Amino acid sequence: MVPNANSSVISAKALDLTFQTADAPVHALKDVSLDIAQGDFVSFIGPSGCGKTTFLRCIAGLETPTGGTLTVNGMTADEARRARAYGYVFQAAGLYPWRTIAGNIKLPLEIMGYSKADQNDRVARVLDLVELSDFGAKFPWQLSGGMQQRASIARALAFDADILLMDEPFGALDEIVRDHLNEQLLALWTRTNKTIAFVTHSIPEAVYLSTKIVVMSPRPGRITDVIDSPLPKERPLDIRDTPEFIEIAHRVREGLRAGHEDD
Amino acid sequence: MRKIFPVLTVVAAIFAFWYAAVPFMNVKETLTGLERAGAVVVPDNPIERRDASSFGLVLNNSFAIPATYAQERPRLPAPHQVAQDLWKTTVMKKVTSKRSLVYHGWITLSATLLGFAIGTGAGIILAVGIVHSRAMDMSVMPWAIASQTIPILAIAPMIIVVLNSIGIQGLVPKAIISAYLSFFPVVVGMVKGLRAPDAMQMDLLKTYNASDNQGFWKLRLPASMPYLFASLKIGVAAALVGAIVAELPAGGARGLGGRMLTGSYYGQMVQIWSALVFAAVLAASLVLLIGLAQRRALKRMGLT
Amino acid sequence: MTLVILAFVIWVAMWALNTRLANGPRANSRPIQLLVPAIFGLTILVVWELLVHGLNVPLVILPAPSHVVATFFNEIPTLWLDFQQTFIKGALSGYVIGCGAAFATAILVDRYDFLKRGLLPVGNFVAALPIVGTAPILVMWFGFDWQSKAAVVVVMVFFPMLVNTVAGLQETTSMQRDLMRTYGAGYWPSLTKLRLPAAMPFIFNGLKISTTLALIGAIVAEFFGSPTMGMGFRISTSVGQLALDMVWAEIVVAALAGSAFYGVVAMTEKTVTFWHPSQRK
Repeated sequence: MVPNANSSVISAKALDLTFQTADAPVHALKDVSLDIAQGDFVSFIGPSGCGKTTFLRCIAGLETPTGGTLTVNGMTADEARRARAYGYVFQAAGLYPWRTIAGNIKLPLEIMGYSKADQNDRVARVLDLVELSDFGAKFPWQLSGGMQQRASIARALAFDADILLMDEPFGALDEIVRDHLNEQLLALWTRTNKTIAFVTHSIPEAVYLSTKIVVMSPRPGRITDVIDSPLPKERPLDIRDTPEFIEIAHRVREGLRAGHEDD
Repeated sequence: MRKIFPVLTVVAAIFAFWYAAVPFMNVKETLTGLERAGAVVVPDNPIERRDASSFGLVLNNSFAIPATYAQERPRLPAPHQVAQDLWKTTVMKKVTSKRSLVYHGWITLSATLLGFAIGTGAGIILAVGIVHSRAMDMSVMPWAIASQTIPILAIAPMIIVVLNSIGIQGLVPKAIISAYLSFFPVVVGMVKGLRAPDAMQMDLLKTYNASDNQGFWKLRLPASMPYLFASLKIGVAAALVGAIVAELPAGGARGLGGRMLTGSYYGQMVQIWSALVFAAVLAASLVLLIGLAQRRALKRMGLT
Repeated sequence: MTLVILAFVIWVAMWALNTRLANGPRANSRPIQLLVPAIFGLTILVVWELLVHGLNVPLVILPAPSHVVATFFNEIPTLWLDFQQTFIKGALSGYVIGCGAAFATAILVDRYDFLKRGLLPVGNFVAALPIVGTAPILVMWFGFDWQSKAAVVVVMVFFPMLVNTVAGLQETTSMQRDLMRTYGAGYWPSLTKLRLPAAMPFIFNGLKISTTLALIGAIVAEFFGSPTMGMGFRISTSVGQLALDMVWAEIVVAALAGSAFYGVVAMTEKTVTFWHPSQRK
């Protein structure tokens, strides 16, 4: 079943997640409800401890919510994980140093049992997609940080999951590399029409990339604002100097500040 | 409790396995003894029994199982036999008695400690020299590292006999072997430790215009302590092994190594096991003591 | 006396030369790094030779290096026999069995947390004990031939190898494990594709430590009884006959075998863990 354009791919209703720690329970997520539609690019932004990464991990089935419901492609998150419904990109590239770049991209394909020929086709295709075609035979530690992160995105794309979950993927990179990768990511999203959930703590990055910006705040982790971006799908880098862009950025900043006031 | 329980389970499993193995290891000798005493055993022919499997013998002569745990000279003594022998030879004997394990343990321990002290001292001095002199570093260090791949213990008998022939006997030759064995781990660990401070920390001292001496006492030496203690633990265990092996060719049947050797000559398994357990307790206590010293020292330095 | 003075002069000259080389402009180049320890080693041998002749040191105390070398080449058939008995039959077979068993146990222990929490402290404890002490027991159980030597080696290498392998298998980051979970990967894919490769540096550390232990175990076990060959047997009987040149020749064999064994394992490590920061060029 291919979901149509306005059906929700990820749907959370009244999601709660409480960690039991030694001294007091920590409310990582409280009453989080959100629908993400097919083809959306959703950013989660907020200060540390607001639960944005925890929410992403819930969607990935890496954490189990303690209350509420969460469906991914109409299944529970854990079923979706087993059905390999998404590709996940971590804060660090996390490539295996003992495998070449191509070998790293093959890793999920080997685990999922793709044929050898199919593996090679897919590796070539996604390497091309992230513009690393000439580097397949290199080892990760021979590449720059930005290239490593591109390789890890290729790894998440290789098995054609419709959903891409990205947890501050560019957080550790410098501004110039980050701008470049943002541009590339947008182009990739336009071409592949994937649904992307993207965690960040950079306001410009969130506004530049997203169709929907989810502002979160901590203690307890919750959603304080959801902003649907009026920006067009085509976004050159200098869109960041337009009044529309600055206005959305302003609203995000206000939302973040409001979340802080009730500390 | 959560930590202790699995460990206790494993230890209990080891003892259970040990007890279970005793009948099979001892059945043949036990049956021979019982037959001589007039019991009916199956098969009644010693030669057939020699070729039979221990498993079948135990099954066919299950009446003999209790006796396998009470052999005078078992192939595998039961844990309680070892414990009894340990009790008899440590608590019940005067420590000056030749049959007291405490007496033999002390002989081994004194050689170990003397050797360990010499080895450690020399090791630290050489390490300091290596860190301060490039020529010494490049000349000696490759050999010190290579020597760790060589079974140094093999020369123990020779050292004993050579020193014996020039009139040095008793404690000193064993201590030399212990010293030799604890020396190299200390050199290698200490050099690593003295080099542990990174370039930024060294540069900081340079901005204070600190002398080499000040750099050594205020930065290098404190930074080396965790490494030193780690190699001291390896060194003391090696020193004990050295002392025990050094007692083998001495032939004097003194010390824990001597006990093992005489036990092996006369087929006294219980004696070997007691000496082994005693050596194990000794090794564990020495490592534990250094661990305690390590914790105290590092705590005072604020490193833990 | 002149030989003693000559030895002293050579020693001083070597030290001056090495000091110049070590502090010279090309001190960090590969040839110099090899040359300096080589000069040092060679000087030790020369000074040893000169002192033995100059002071008329009797053979029963210290044979001259030239004497040892001569014995080594004259006795090659005997040495070869001893080497086969002790190294190939005793040490090597015990090493393979012991390390293999420890590896299999480690995989098992790693799978069950209860075993891990129970066996690891015990393993760490046993690894620090004087295990050579089991030699007399094992010699009594398995007889005088190489089987008992292999058994001693098995017991000696088992625990260091076990502890290292288990530590290595835990050496993955939570991110790497999460990645495997996002692929819905089960136990075996995670083991073969992530945890075993990540454990390799630790496994090789255990293998390297075990090379030395294997040789020590095989030699020392022969002190408790052996057929009339083997390196440990030859050392103890030659010591008894005061044939120290033969003892030294066996020590040369032991040193060559020990460092070659270690070298082979270290070379294998280099090719297997080429990706590890400590091995990258």
